[in-house]
Amino acid sequence: MLEIRGATKRFGDRTVLDDVTFGVGAGRLTGFVGGNGAGKTTTMRILLGVLDADAGEVLVDGRPITADDRRGFGYMPEERGLYPKMRVHEQLVYLARLRGMRNADASDAADDLIDRLELSERRDEPIEKLSLGNQQRAQIAAALVHDPSVLVLDEPFSGLDPMAVETVLGVLAERAARGVPVLFSSHQLDLVERLCDDVVVISEGRIRAAGTRDELRSRGAGRQWELQVGDDAGWVRSLPEVAVIEFDGDYVLFEADPAAAQSVLRLASERGAVERFAPRRPTLTEIFREVVQ
Amino acid sequence: MSFSSSTASGARRPGDALAAPSLRASVALIAGREITSRVRSKSFLISTAILLLFVVAGIVGSHLFSSSLGDTRVAAVGAAAELLDYAPGLEIESSTSAEAAERLVRDGDVEAAVVPLQDAEPGAPAFEVIALSDAPGALVQALSIAPDVRLLDPSPVDQGIGFIVAFAFGIIFFTAAITFGGTVAQSVVEEKQTRIVEILLTAVPAKALLAGKVIGSSVLALGQILLIAVAAGLSLMLTGQDVLLADLGPAAVWFLGFFAIGFVLLAAMFAASAALVSRLEDVGTVIQPVTWLVMLPYFLIIFFNDNEAVLTVMSYVPFSSPVGMPVRIFLEQAQWWEPLVALVLLAATAVVIVQLGARMYRNSLLRTGARVRLAEALRG
Repeated sequence: MLEIRGATKRFGDRTVLDDVTFGVGAGRLTGFVGGNGAGKTTTMRILLGVLDADAGEVLVDGRPITADDRRGFGYMPEERGLYPKMRVHEQLVYLARLRGMRNADASDAADDLIDRLELSERRDEPIEKLSLGNQQRAQIAAALVHDPSVLVLDEPFSGLDPMAVETVLGVLAERAARGVPVLFSSHQLDLVERLCDDVVVISEGRIRAAGTRDELRSRGAGRQWELQVGDDAGWVRSLPEVAVIEFDGDYVLFEADPAAAQSVLRLASERGAVERFAPRRPTLTEIFREVVQ
Repeated sequence: MSFSSSTASGARRPGDALAAPSLRASVALIAGREITSRVRSKSFLISTAILLLFVVAGIVGSHLFSSSLGDTRVAAVGAAAELLDYAPGLEIESSTSAEAAERLVRDGDVEAAVVPLQDAEPGAPAFEVIALSDAPGALVQALSIAPDVRLLDPSPVDQGIGFIVAFAFGIIFFTAAITFGGTVAQSVVEEKQTRIVEILLTAVPAKALLAGKVIGSSVLALGQILLIAVAAGLSLMLTGQDVLLADLGPAAVWFLGFFAIGFVLLAAMFAASAALVSRLEDVGTVIQPVTWLVMLPYFLIIFFNDNEAVLTVMSYVPFSSPVGMPVRIFLEQAQWWEPLVALVLLAATAVVIVQLGARMYRNSLLRTGARVRLAEALRG
């Protein structure tokens, strides 16, 4: 379990983080979403000790983090970079050994990851000769090679093609399944929605929402309803206490309190077949839009 | 143990394969990377080869040049041949008669001829030198009576050789410090520019990173100088200049010692200065002051190698002592304890500067964007 509590950071007069508190549970894939400049990267840098917070603390399993803890972390910084002239395998081994892995273990682990991330053909090429997508894979491998106890990845999917995204997802999910807390930031909300167990939303340096994905989604639920009937649903528009958001022949999306929604359902079933009636759970994008405003 | 096997066994927790590496192990790993990445670069290998070639060609070439100059062919008749037997730089060819000797001169087979004068008056020269347009200096000198010379303050070493040795130490120090110092600076900024430094610093402390770089580049620099020393020594021996080699030996050994410590000092300064900027384009500007510090002893030694007072000061000031003291040792101006004092001074300065450099390095390493101001970098 990785936690950050009450983290505050100011750059000059600007407060970039304001009392940031959230946790990343063991074995949980946690998505960290927020707009540009919301404070994601700053938070991650503080977690890794690359930046000092003005106030607040970082905890591992409930106790203050140490340099030894951080040595076991896997980290992918926002701005990518490995040694341009070092070969892929050699570079991974070097990074793993710096973290205390034995040479033979490091070599095996590097080969294993190169294989998993489909870089085998590029194993002994210098990083600078790789395509951007492959450089990104190598960067992910660099974060994973020492079998980290915690993973913190800043935008790990940016710059990857859809196939590579799936490959990387698989590797991350495997790590989470083994009990590693995984925190990653992303702009791709649909990806976070599909993949993450937990979601943390940050905006202007403040945590706006944090919890399991389902919790967050059901938080906005209960106000919007979807109705699909056998014939025309136009009559819903004339009902009081109901605000239609979207209407398309036999489909209507409306906003109403639960009692009014129930009476819509009753009216509909009196009129004919009801094919579907359900509270609509907002997408993460919608929640995001709502909480950051 | 690979990942897949550990997953299958399920017994191992993530991070289990990591044992806390000692500072020394980290430094060795980092220094090793600095060395291999440099040794692997073609430009480094080529420049080292060219440098060695210059040294060998310089020594062998100058020897051939000077010995070809020295061999003035001279024809000698009768007693003149005996007279010139031990004269240096002359190749004597015996000739039967004055006429035959003159013919040899006219044909260009010899540069000059020495023939006895038949009717020489007592007290006047008994020989005549015959040459085409002018007489060779070495020959005339050999036949002249030189006055006795008594030097009140004899210089043990030839002035010309003294200058060459001073120049050689100066240029070796200068080029090695600039080349390898520049490498350290580049390597620091490369890590900042690619941001790999953020990953590195989660694994090892900043001081391990700095120590690894400084040690790695010092090993390379010393290695290259050692190669030069060996090449120069071999060339001197092969060309029969053992005498010069024996004179040079002690000075060269001291030079290596001074260089080792002096370069650590400079490398730390190069690294600390480079850490202030984030882009390779800005390295040149930011290391300029250190570069000047390296160039200063080089120019001083060229202009003041025959000025004992300046040389004495130079041999104690930490930034110029790696050149100044060995030169004084070669010129036999230094007492036996002087290099030891200068070395202690240099080492003490190195300790202070390396500590300041480490602070600058640590404070600036993660600050990207605008150049970090010196005062901020030095803040404790």
